[in-house]
Amino acid sequence: MYETIYARADSVSDAASKMGSAGDGKYISGGMTLLPTMKQRLAAPDALIDLTSIGDMGGVDSSGRSVKIGALATHNEVNSSSALRSACPALADLAGWIGDPAVRYRGTIGGSIANNDPAADYPSAMLALGATIHTNSREISADDFFTGMFETALSDEEIVTGISFNAPEKCSYEKFRNPASRYAMAGVFVAKHADGVRVGVTGASQGGAYRWTEAEDALNANWSPDALDGLAVDEGDMLSDIHATAAYRANLVKVMAKRAVAGAK
Amino acid sequence: MGVEGIGARVVRKEDKRFITGKGRYTDDHKVAGMMHAAFVRSPHAHAKIKGINKSAAEAMSGVEAVLDGKQLTGDAIGNIICGWMVHSKDGSPMNMGAWSALATETVRYVGDAVCIVIAETLEEAKAAAEAVEVNYDVLDAVVKATDALKDGAPQLHPEAKNNLIFDWEIGEEEATDAAFNKAAKVVELDIRNNRLVPNPMEPRAALVQYDTAEDHLTLHTTSQNPHVARLVLSAFYNVAPEHKLRVIAPDVGGGFGAKIYIYPEEIACLWAAKRLGVSAIKWTADRTEAFLTDAHGRDHVSKAKMAFDKDNKIIGFKIETVANLGAYMSLFSSATPTYLYATLLSGQYNIPTIHANVKTVYTNTVPVDAYRGAGRPEATFLVERMMTKAARELGEDPAELRRKNFIRSFPHQTPVIMNYDTGDFDASLDAAMEAADYKGFAKRRDEAESRGKKRGIGMSCYIEACGIAPSAAVGSLGAGVGLWESAEVRVNPVGTVEILTGSHSHGQGHETTFAQLVSDRFGLPGENVQIVHGDTDKVQFGMGTYGSRSGAVGMSAIVKALDKVEAKAKKIAAHLLEAAEGDIEIKDGEVLVKGTDKKLAWHEVCLGAYTGHNLPEGMEPGLKEGAFYDPANFTFPAGCYICEVEIDPDTGTTEIVQFVAADDFGQIINPMIVEGQVHGGVAQGIGQAMMENAVYDDEGQLISASYMDYQMPRAGDLPSFQVSHQTTPCTTNPLGIKGCGEAGAIGSPPAVINAITDAIGTERFVMPATPHRVWQAINGGEGHDIAGAT
Repeated sequence: MYETIYARADSVSDAASKMGSAGDGKYISGGMTLLPTMKQRLAAPDALIDLTSIGDMGGVDSSGRSVKIGALATHNEVNSSSALRSACPALADLAGWIGDPAVRYRGTIGGSIANNDPAADYPSAMLALGATIHTNSREISADDFFTGMFETALSDEEIVTGISFNAPEKCSYEKFRNPASRYAMAGVFVAKHADGVRVGVTGASQGGAYRWTEAEDALNANWSPDALDGLAVDEGDMLSDIHATAAYRANLVKVMAKRAVAGAK
Repeated sequence: MGVEGIGARVVRKEDKRFITGKGRYTDDHKVAGMMHAAFVRSPHAHAKIKGINKSAAEAMSGVEAVLDGKQLTGDAIGNIICGWMVHSKDGSPMNMGAWSALATETVRYVGDAVCIVIAETLEEAKAAAEAVEVNYDVLDAVVKATDALKDGAPQLHPEAKNNLIFDWEIGEEEATDAAFNKAAKVVELDIRNNRLVPNPMEPRAALVQYDTAEDHLTLHTTSQNPHVARLVLSAFYNVAPEHKLRVIAPDVGGGFGAKIYIYPEEIACLWAAKRLGVSAIKWTADRTEAFLTDAHGRDHVSKAKMAFDKDNKIIGFKIETVANLGAYMSLFSSATPTYLYATLLSGQYNIPTIHANVKTVYTNTVPVDAYRGAGRPEATFLVERMMTKAARELGEDPAELRRKNFIRSFPHQTPVIMNYDTGDFDASLDAAMEAADYKGFAKRRDEAESRGKKRGIGMSCYIEACGIAPSAAVGSLGAGVGLWESAEVRVNPVGTVEILTGSHSHGQGHETTFAQLVSDRFGLPGENVQIVHGDTDKVQFGMGTYGSRSGAVGMSAIVKALDKVEAKAKKIAAHLLEAAEGDIEIKDGEVLVKGTDKKLAWHEVCLGAYTGHNLPEGMEPGLKEGAFYDPANFTFPAGCYICEVEIDPDTGTTEIVQFVAADDFGQIINPMIVEGQVHGGVAQGIGQAMMENAVYDDEGQLISASYMDYQMPRAGDLPSFQVSHQTTPCTTNPLGIKGCGEAGAIGSPPAVINAITDAIGTERFVMPATPHRVWQAINGGEGHDIAGAT
């Protein structure tokens, strides 16, 4: 790891001001992606601004169908929130399938969303849930937030403070893991809202997480796994690497989507 | 056997320190004034070094020195050796290229060491290593062995035209061809044995201490054979004469073969300490360095055909193999795909004639050498895939075809050197089929089909040769060393016992099993026995641990030394008790005169040996004996593995629903430890069959160079193994032991792939059976990676 300066922020504005005075700083919460990257000497921020001591930025709140999750909520907190589990069980399940226990106790929802790893689980859920991403300066719809692989609508000093959404009638997340890394090779989050179905896909596409609108249309017409049978996922958009060809990933997206619809509750 | 004797399930003594974090691995050792080493490594698979600019690095904080290959060779540090001479079939010696610990003019794989940087802290060493500017002229690279043999391929070493190291054969070509001419049926098989990265939990490390006053070096290192390391470092690499070099292999966290070899890093650290007069230098590989520089395993492509008569008896077997040895010849790289591979191609079967041709090839990849099983997994995969494919083509049950061809009379001379001393192949096959409920499989397949799943069953009847081996025999085949083992039994005056052994434990549990020999012999509790190993200042010389040899060879040496101790103790007791030597018995810690109530406590005899007050006329005092044991033959563990899988055709995911191992390891010292070896070996074999794959791209970059891309087996991937033992004692060593350390990794891959090909109904399939490949195979594709090596 290269030498860096560590600074703990005690408020959102303090964090933003510390970032403003750093040359090439990075916000850090759980650090579950950033720290391994730094240890491998693949990233060299000159300052780490630690967000984890900022108050009022964590927790999982759910009243009725309205859900709000603070950016600092760990995957474990999301996984173990009984309120969330009754409102939106698939999101709680998703959090429990991220990484291993050490990662789940340190990694945060805000960090995962802001990083927008193409194989991260949360982005697909945010898209399917029609979530709103809250930052220190504005609210951004998930559809506008995720702009490409590791790319988001966030500006340099902007901080994700939380996310919110209205729980759907039914939802489910199915993930096919990369056999080596156990990240999603194809993860599909399906949500049936009062005003329509939304399908978020992660892990498979060159463009990062995306909404599979053809599947949404088919499921709006017929909420059943069979509704997806006639659809073909465009291989041209899929990632291709030593673990999976584009054709295989396209197949997995469809299989996972069907299983998610079958398992939605 | 007693509670702690031979055959007892004694809990591992060494685990107290391992599971309480008290193990002392090389990196745990820290000494005052210790500096740190980092290596500048080639980012290119093949390039000429045009220049090295060290000035920026040398000027950095804490940097002691930046040393390069020309300085190393200038100090007469010898090139890295290959310890086994193999000749081509035309009689010419192998075409070996030079390998300097630090590259001088050419780099030949990504990770090839170019400079060593010594600095006060590790961070300073790493930062300076990044600041060394190496000017490369990048050359074309070749990573697949079959490509490297083609005309016009990039050439790695001037000594090896067309990158061919040797073109070797075994068996009788004419007789084999004649057998094929009269065959009723010929079965053909094309196969690839995937390249693996060993991945011991502890990465390689070296701590060099240099005593300038004595001009003496001490090396703590992650070695499976510290004595051989000292010999080679002295005799070939000239780092110091043997009496001025102490090598210690302390606790070592797994080896699997990768820690047999003496690597560039240890050599460079030793040389640098002495050249610079630095009191201590430490280097510990990070995981990326382990992927990029530990010798890889396997990487064969083979074409085979087997001839059968009208009764489905095998009449001939013909094999052509191309083995990728990487960029340089590692220590045993020539033996692994020849004498450790092709000599096992007879399997468990009566095969009248065999011919195998093996070409070994340089490529721009990490050197390839022995890895758990070393040649025998490659042979077993070929033979056992062939037997199952043949059964399918001949319309026989795979078990019946094997039975029809089993060897049943021993000793059995195969056409490929090996002489099997004993075995009972039916016993293991019967036990495995019974445990797996082989008869009930059809019903289970139907039930799985009703759930939309594809179920398959596969078997593998393996035999392997381990406990290498008679020194004269391996010497005649080209080995540079003898392969005996040494032991010394020191009985202390108070009756406790120290066993000094040339074997080295890096996970095998020697501290427990070796002590069981003493408990068994004298009835002493295991806690009264200490095993001393891994230090050239303590143990005189030994050959180390690899090839499942510590039981069959290492323990046999201990038995020989114990025989001598027992004989002397009896002489002393007979003298003290005024009895005939033949009437003395040592039992439960007492020395008795048979049929009388006359006895001495064990410690009284031991103390008597050391006081010397009343010893038989002419006897030297003391009770300490040494022995060297040179085996009369290999040992031949054999068994039957049955694997049953269920495949999800939508995703290609394979679940192993049951795995049965029925092994014949001869006499077993500690069944718990043997079962653990089988569990670990089978897990590794399943890893090769379904998960692990070292993948290079065409430029020679190792794409699968981290756990993000290289899949290791995890507990959750594996079923609960059903393990049993059948026993035919080895006839050639005193304990009747056969080795058990590698069998699991040798026997399991073909069982898994035979099960998967049974489930999906196609033979067009290349290991490892990742979900992607299985899905491709089900959907009519080739079932291989888009970027698979070899």
